[in-house]
Amino acid sequence: MMNREPEQYSSGEVLAPPTERYTVLGWLKKNLFSTWYYTLLTLVTLYILYIVLKPTLIWVFTQAQWQVVVVNLRLFMVGQYPTDQIFRIWVALHLLAFTAGLAWAIWLPRARRIGAFLLFIPLALAALPFISGFSRINWIIFAVAALIGWGLGTWKPKAMRRPLLVLLLAYFPILILLILGIEPILKIVKTNLWGGLLLTMLLAVVGITVSFPLGILLALGRRSELPIVKLFSILYIEIIRGVPLVTVLFMAQLMLPLFLPPQIKIDNVLRAMAGIILFSAAYMAENVRGGLQAIPKGQSEAAWALGLSGFQTTFFIILPQALRNVIPVLVNQFISLFKDTSLVAIVGLLDLLGIASTVLAQPEFIGKQREVYLFIALIYWVFSYAMSYASRRLEVALGVGER
Amino acid sequence: MSKRVFYFLGVLLVLGVLLAACGGGQASSGGPEAVKTVIVTVEAPSSGGSNTAAGYGTTLKTVKDRGYLICGVNAQLPGFGYVDDQGNYKGFDVDYCHAVAAAIFGDPSKVEFRPLTAKERFTALQTGEIDVLIRNTTWTLTRDTDLGTNFAATTFYDGQGILVRKDSGITKLEDLNGAKICVATGTTTELNLADQMAARGIDYTPVVFETADQVFGAYEEGRCDAVTTDKSGLVSRRVTLKNPDDHIILDATLSKEPLGPVVRQGDDQWYDIINWVVFATFTGEEMGINSKNVDDVKAKTDDPNVKKLLGLEGEMGQKLGLGDDWAYNVIKYVGNYAEIYERNLGPGTPFNLPRGLNSSWKDGGLLYAPPIR
Amino acid sequence: MNETSVPFWRDERVLQWIAQIVFLVAVIFFLWYLYHNMITALAQRGLLPSFHFLSLTAGFDIGEHLISYSRNSTYGRAFIVGILNTLEVSALGIVFATILGVIIGVMRLSTNWLINKIASIYIEIIRNVPLLVLLVFWYTGVFLQFPRLKEAKILAGPTIISNRGVAMPWGKPTATWHAYLYVLLLGLILAAIVWWRLTLIGKRTGRMPLVTVWSTLTFLGVALVGWFAITLFMHQAPLALDTPEIKGLRTVGGLELTPEFMALFSGLVFYTAAFIAEVVRAGIQSVSKGQIEAARALGLNGFQTLRLVVFPQALRVIVPPMTSQYLNLTKNSSLAVFIGFPDLYSVAGTIHNQTGRAVEVTTLMMAVYLSFSLLTSVFMNWYNKKIRLVER
Repeated sequence: MMNREPEQYSSGEVLAPPTERYTVLGWLKKNLFSTWYYTLLTLVTLYILYIVLKPTLIWVFTQAQWQVVVVNLRLFMVGQYPTDQIFRIWVALHLLAFTAGLAWAIWLPRARRIGAFLLFIPLALAALPFISGFSRINWIIFAVAALIGWGLGTWKPKAMRRPLLVLLLAYFPILILLILGIEPILKIVKTNLWGGLLLTMLLAVVGITVSFPLGILLALGRRSELPIVKLFSILYIEIIRGVPLVTVLFMAQLMLPLFLPPQIKIDNVLRAMAGIILFSAAYMAENVRGGLQAIPKGQSEAAWALGLSGFQTTFFIILPQALRNVIPVLVNQFISLFKDTSLVAIVGLLDLLGIASTVLAQPEFIGKQREVYLFIALIYWVFSYAMSYASRRLEVALGVGER
Repeated sequence: MSKRVFYFLGVLLVLGVLLAACGGGQASSGGPEAVKTVIVTVEAPSSGGSNTAAGYGTTLKTVKDRGYLICGVNAQLPGFGYVDDQGNYKGFDVDYCHAVAAAIFGDPSKVEFRPLTAKERFTALQTGEIDVLIRNTTWTLTRDTDLGTNFAATTFYDGQGILVRKDSGITKLEDLNGAKICVATGTTTELNLADQMAARGIDYTPVVFETADQVFGAYEEGRCDAVTTDKSGLVSRRVTLKNPDDHIILDATLSKEPLGPVVRQGDDQWYDIINWVVFATFTGEEMGINSKNVDDVKAKTDDPNVKKLLGLEGEMGQKLGLGDDWAYNVIKYVGNYAEIYERNLGPGTPFNLPRGLNSSWKDGGLLYAPPIR
Repeated sequence: MNETSVPFWRDERVLQWIAQIVFLVAVIFFLWYLYHNMITALAQRGLLPSFHFLSLTAGFDIGEHLISYSRNSTYGRAFIVGILNTLEVSALGIVFATILGVIIGVMRLSTNWLINKIASIYIEIIRNVPLLVLLVFWYTGVFLQFPRLKEAKILAGPTIISNRGVAMPWGKPTATWHAYLYVLLLGLILAAIVWWRLTLIGKRTGRMPLVTVWSTLTFLGVALVGWFAITLFMHQAPLALDTPEIKGLRTVGGLELTPEFMALFSGLVFYTAAFIAEVVRAGIQSVSKGQIEAARALGLNGFQTLRLVVFPQALRVIVPPMTSQYLNLTKNSSLAVFIGFPDLYSVAGTIHNQTGRAVEVTTLMMAVYLSFSLLTSVFMNWYNKKIRLVER
């Protein structure tokens, strides 16, 4: 193409097939102004967009006072977590970065460019003007940790697999220990000091992790041939799915303490976690059941024929296949749980949304609802959009539905 | 790669099953039991002993074993209970928590505060999550009986008032016909409002919120014409509004609101302790003993009544299960009633609330402590 | 007796039964244990479970009520007020979310680039933000930012817009309204007859007429004629136009929509519409292109293709996920409590706190939500079966 002389195009010889590329005008004509009513529709829409967007943008960039967000950034992120203990959260994050870097190198060795782009995010965050020097340094450490992880993984991909798995499995307990603390090494930070995005994340992570095994048991129970077990599982799943999450939280807040023997005291945050776990388990069960149903009957029949017991068939043949199919759905459930945790604000916890209403009670920031709620909406959006994008990628990478 | 994922998930599953199984063998089908395990391990520090069990002295023992008091407070009521910019709890009610800690441990700092909403407070007390509730709680017959609680001596005599905008032209209750009134749910205020308006035949619409922040936020946004709560609350909240001078509190008082500490029914010793800690602060004011002169007085006094109060005579503290210097500690570390009041609500504060009914009986108020003897 | 049979401890059926009995005993024991703890704790406080409190005087007021309610009503009635408020906002929400959702879903399939992009951006934004944040934003960021009543914006009608809500003209029943209800009933009966006859004709001839259109027209015709007849003969129209006006601290007359209601309603509608749009899109895309081409080849016009070919098939894919969206909307209406709308959850919360009856209130509340869910599922399953039969 490049070598041809321009006049060859007009010489009546065989032309290259038309490509999908258009000139700007051609594109406009095809996509916006193809018929008269499309033209009308486009113009009307453009006008509406102008009316809506112009004042919004003017407000965002000139009239809004974002001071309320800048001043309270720490509250939004970690709530009342003691300032001198915040390094623990950073350690947890660095460990996460290291693990992610390692995993990236081992499982996605070819996706270097996206990796480099992701690495850019913490560095960009470190360059933000209004964060403290401590956070700045930590974001840089974060990036370095990810890079070290990636480097190790690239250097010895085979040898690093086992440590990676250990890390992944141990991450959840380590995280909880780091945030909560263990005497005498780390000071205990009571759950009533957990707040902001930290609490939101912890609720979602704990909810999904703990409800996972419960969900699997319930799903197996629902497909069980034992009528009593089956009935119990169905009852539990359908009752929980039939009521709103707030009522489950309400029950956890008010009734859980009554159900437990008097020696056991649990505080607000743990009660909310319990409510979220009970709720999430029912949905988890249905997702897992979906995965189980997708496994052809031949699999279990083959397993029986090979002489495996029912237990062996379930745990070595059916479940591993089913769970693999369920991974993307699990990510989606995690996203919706992440969003749903905002309901704990109703029962008085200071998660991201709860903190927002506290911040709005500060006398100097009264009436800054739009700024604050837009900011937290943005945080929720960035996280859940990123996760759902990642889950779509994961779906492709795992080849779900292709085998 | 995908093989690794199975492996990972498999191990995760085993881990989960183990976790569920820790719940005492009943965890087969996903109930609260697995949750309990997590909670118990996590909450070991505060599960000191059985403190819901009725009986004499269990609460005090639990508190002593634990090493600190757990006090339920309001975190959203400036002057009574709030978090200052250093993250410390401050206020009138909070000082009474300190006073109880001082009486038990001789150290006012041995308190853990639990911020509670109006709705949560009784549940938290009933379930033993807190030892004592000092959160501007009104003493009523229903609450005293139905909720399984006991009200100790009133620390603050209040009345329900109504805050309106100056430019609304509202000066008396009757002007509120057709008004929207913001009110917090779970309070006696909500009920008093309904009673008083019904009695006067005033037609109004309540707008109900969960927390005081939401109530006053909505009022400030102009959602309501008026906002109602205890008068002290109105005074303290008015200061935090954008232009405090644009708002006035109506003269009308809708109800009697005796506010005081609340404990669980069934532990008489604990109830006595809370009562007498309050009375000690009253007595301190009556006798003119405050945190500054208490050491002096203790060294010099010959007055048998003062000696009994400060633990020099009569072993008063032991009758309560405390050290004899219990009242000395309260006055020394927290102060007498007048000091607590001045510190949080007096002329030196933005609230500048007149003592009114909350003066000692010697000055024509309602504060009257039974004799310590 | 039977030497070929396996010993009972290795007989799978026996083992299964033993396992089940053990399981049952464990569950019952566990539930009993919870119940025992609860009863012990409640007994200590003298709060043994009883629903007697429902017949006591509530003593608190509720801002919005569809049935008459005052502080003198009982707790039971307060509960019903809450239920009705939840039903009201859910029913309206479902209708409007469906309309908006279908519009956005169709926009999402448009070949007009701009329309298509707007729809997908809308969906991506809304689906990734928690509903509660949206609700709070609508409430405090939009409806409470309207001008104060004194500076209220008055549109034609008059419709009065202020931060107290929106008041608009509305029909107010007059003395003849009662008579008019009979006319409407007659209209319904006639419409049903038309429906039935036309369906019969359609079955006989194989050419289905526009049944819905004709029966709706019948109903509207009767309603219209009846309206004029009553106005003429009884000298009073069944409904009088009631216009709102500002009177002192509030608006009087007309239909008043509070900011709480509007925030909850618009939050639910805009949120659910994003999900419904995806359901609709998936449904329409599930109809293969060949079907449409075949329909056109048979000589059906565009409208007929949609009505007779695309819709019935798309509906089959749409209905099940739509059911769960409707259920979600109903359940999500419980978030009302955060913005001060007195729905079931909010009223139940107040009742709990005035009576201290946590167990009874929680049980009642969950039972009500559960029956909403079950009823909706039953209805939608019935509908689903019906359209499946039609489609065959």
